[in-house]
Amino acid sequence: MTASRELLEHALKGVEADYSEIRLEEAEASNIRYRGQEVEEAGISSSLGGNVRALVKGGWGFVSFNDLPQPHELREKVDLAVRQARLAGREESRLAPTPTVVESLREKPKPNPLTIPLAEKKALLDQYKEIIMSTPGITTSVIAYGDGWKRTVFASSQGSYVEQARSDVGLQVLAVARDGGEVQQASLSVGSRGDFLQIAHLHPQVREISRRAVELLSAPRVKGGEYTVVLDPVLAGVFVHEAFGHLSESDFLYENPGLQEIMVLGKRFGERILNIVDDATLPGLRGSYKYDDEGVPTRKNYLIREGILVGRLHSRETAGKMGESPSGNARSASYRFPPIVRMSNTFIEPDTANLDDLLEGIEEGIYARNWHGGTTSMEMFTFSAGEAFMIRNGKIAEPIRPVVLTGNVFATLGLIDGIARDLDMNQGGGCGKGDQYPLPVSNGSPHIRIRKCLVGGR
Amino acid sequence: MIESLLSRAKREAQEAEVYEATLEETTAAFETNRLKHLQTRSSHLLALRVVKDGHTGHALTMGGKGDLAARALEASRFGPPTHFHFPQSIASSSLPVYDPDGERMGLEAMVGVGEEVIGRLLNHTPGLQCNARVVRGSLHIRLLNSLGGEASYRKSYSGVEVEGVLVRGTDMLFVGDSWSSCHPIKDISALAGEVIRQLEWARQLAPCPRGPLPVILSPRGVLSAFSQPLNLAFNGRVVLQGASPLAQMRGERAFSPAFDLWDDATLPFQPHSRPWDDEGVPSRRVPLVEKGVVAGFLYDLQTAGQAGAESTGSATRSLGAPPSPSPSSLIIGEGTRTMEEMTKDLREGLLVEQLLGAEQGNVLGGDFSGNVLLGYKIEGGEVVGRVKDTMVSGNMYSCLKEGVEVGRGARWVDGALYTPPILLPSLSVSTRG
Repeated sequence: MTASRELLEHALKGVEADYSEIRLEEAEASNIRYRGQEVEEAGISSSLGGNVRALVKGGWGFVSFNDLPQPHELREKVDLAVRQARLAGREESRLAPTPTVVESLREKPKPNPLTIPLAEKKALLDQYKEIIMSTPGITTSVIAYGDGWKRTVFASSQGSYVEQARSDVGLQVLAVARDGGEVQQASLSVGSRGDFLQIAHLHPQVREISRRAVELLSAPRVKGGEYTVVLDPVLAGVFVHEAFGHLSESDFLYENPGLQEIMVLGKRFGERILNIVDDATLPGLRGSYKYDDEGVPTRKNYLIREGILVGRLHSRETAGKMGESPSGNARSASYRFPPIVRMSNTFIEPDTANLDDLLEGIEEGIYARNWHGGTTSMEMFTFSAGEAFMIRNGKIAEPIRPVVLTGNVFATLGLIDGIARDLDMNQGGGCGKGDQYPLPVSNGSPHIRIRKCLVGGR
Repeated sequence: MIESLLSRAKREAQEAEVYEATLEETTAAFETNRLKHLQTRSSHLLALRVVKDGHTGHALTMGGKGDLAARALEASRFGPPTHFHFPQSIASSSLPVYDPDGERMGLEAMVGVGEEVIGRLLNHTPGLQCNARVVRGSLHIRLLNSLGGEASYRKSYSGVEVEGVLVRGTDMLFVGDSWSSCHPIKDISALAGEVIRQLEWARQLAPCPRGPLPVILSPRGVLSAFSQPLNLAFNGRVVLQGASPLAQMRGERAFSPAFDLWDDATLPFQPHSRPWDDEGVPSRRVPLVEKGVVAGFLYDLQTAGQAGAESTGSATRSLGAPPSPSPSSLIIGEGTRTMEEMTKDLREGLLVEQLLGAEQGNVLGGDFSGNVLLGYKIEGGEVVGRVKDTMVSGNMYSCLKEGVEVGRGARWVDGALYTPPILLPSLSVSTRG
């Protein structure tokens, strides 16, 4: 991408809008997918595109495009965005102030996943495939590997100019076992910020999910109802992302006084042991970055401190309208979308217990591990375990079919009564919001215990 | 440009294919009852597939630089063994999927549509907070392969979606619906009317009993519970690997005789219709279940070659990916009773409109388990109010066996599924307390 800072600044010069910005993005990616014994897809892709966003009287115009436009074309796109913003704008623009920054950041991961030959990646996936397919009882598997690299250039009418680059590696492994019409699956989802080596030594885990898929064919289904549940760090990370993280994204409440009342800072959500943080400044995680997609520097954001709501995630607009400071959480999945409020690395801070302390005293409960998925309506959330066991008399007992858990966002955090000390960050998967998916994030937690969690079942 | 790319690829590959998609899309987005964003998106996608030494390679660019042919050829070294030839001709078709009026709809008119929908809902329920999107777009597809196949078509599409939230304390009621077509939207009455019906039925809260209960899935409820399991069950790739429970059941009874299902990309002006699929194979109506018997699966060229079958014209390229089999418009055949008639005969039951997170479990095996995001208690043959803190769980394959009743009054849901309501005589319901 050869676009110069001058080109962008020139295109934004003298624009009649309250605020305007240009973002250009260059990306490359490769992927390999196996289904069963065979490669199903192998491909390489590249893209170059960008967008212009303009704000006039509280209304936004947004224009996205492929190709790198000529200087006069870029100005035309800026003008179109301004015309759209003018048509949409009917009130007052309020963006929270942010320092003007000029910085070019280059991230050089070692080794860059895109420079590793496809043959080497395939050789690794072949090993994983062999492990799964040689497990007795396995019908098929899906192994999906993808990596990518991207560089973004951002310039705003305020004079900020930021260049950032990042890479990403993701691997999903699914083992499928079948017995007649009964099909069971177990999966693994891992990722890293561009470090191929982090997915290169997963042979034991791949063996484990193969074994589990077969075992599930004979595992019983749990009876639906309320249980005390203990979640492992991976699943508890998904829980904190779904059950609370999305609720702290201010774009769903900044225009809504009714919701602001129920999300007032200082409100108690949980017991004193509960601390929840979103932190993009942690080094080397998939949700880490220095500046968000509005050029706002990131920081560590406490959302819950000692059980009390103390902060939330903001874009410049949500912060401006709520009279708070921007948190550095405006992110877009690609140049095809405007930035919206998103999480980065979200986690529950460790306390002092260990797993046995959490299990103690549970007569009949559920121990759930690993994740399958999760979603939220803001009031209600659901998330699903990759693996589950009954807890009987304080001990982990027989395996059961994986469970889907659900609860009320406002009530469930208050039902967490035990937090262990073994914080672990989960780097798999991606977050979806609206039509923007997947966005690299990470989440984590120590083991936690939740009383009265609603579990679906027979 | 695409001709030169093809001839460049042909120099080293035995077969090659170029796919080009150009998209223009405009969106008016409303947040909390007010117009917030106007957006324009243009994108241009160019994909090259090559067959070299019996293996397929794929490369794609959206405005990017680099040698697409070299990349596709490199990818072919690791790609899947090829089980097909590209079509030697692509039949022209008169299937209408383009309405020039759709493209002509101005920004002001789009804004007007959004304002009218929201206005009607607020008129019914002041205090409702609505997010809405009005979209119009056009898509131009061009396909060219080295065996002589060449064709292009243009498609227009429009859509409106609205979601309303009513907040009372920490209680949130979610209502909403969507509409889409290749025609521009003219009348939003049906859309607004549907959401107003939801608001009426959800006016009161009703306690929900637990245990096995008869459950009516409204058309939107059918989508929530069954769309992912159905999409996977008939996918040629999944079938070939034996991962679909229906894999060995072609010609056998797997469902109730009341259940009919087909895929149809030939319906005029439906947003998922197309004259031919993303490999140039003509679209057709593909029977999947006939009177409970598994009648077919969805194939693209590769999976058809592997299965010793014919492509069903089901190749679809989702953004950035090579073609794979996928349904276009799934249609469930209608029965005799409407949702109202089914409701009238239930002493006690649940009517489910939307499930949250139902598709996170073992969808390959047909399991669904979700929180009832919008659903109502039925008592004495009437809807008595909305239920909360309630979860339903089941398995699609067990649910669609004997005893299931497929109703009348089918409608499009999200432009991808045309379904009537379905009554499940006994479904597991869990609830708090």
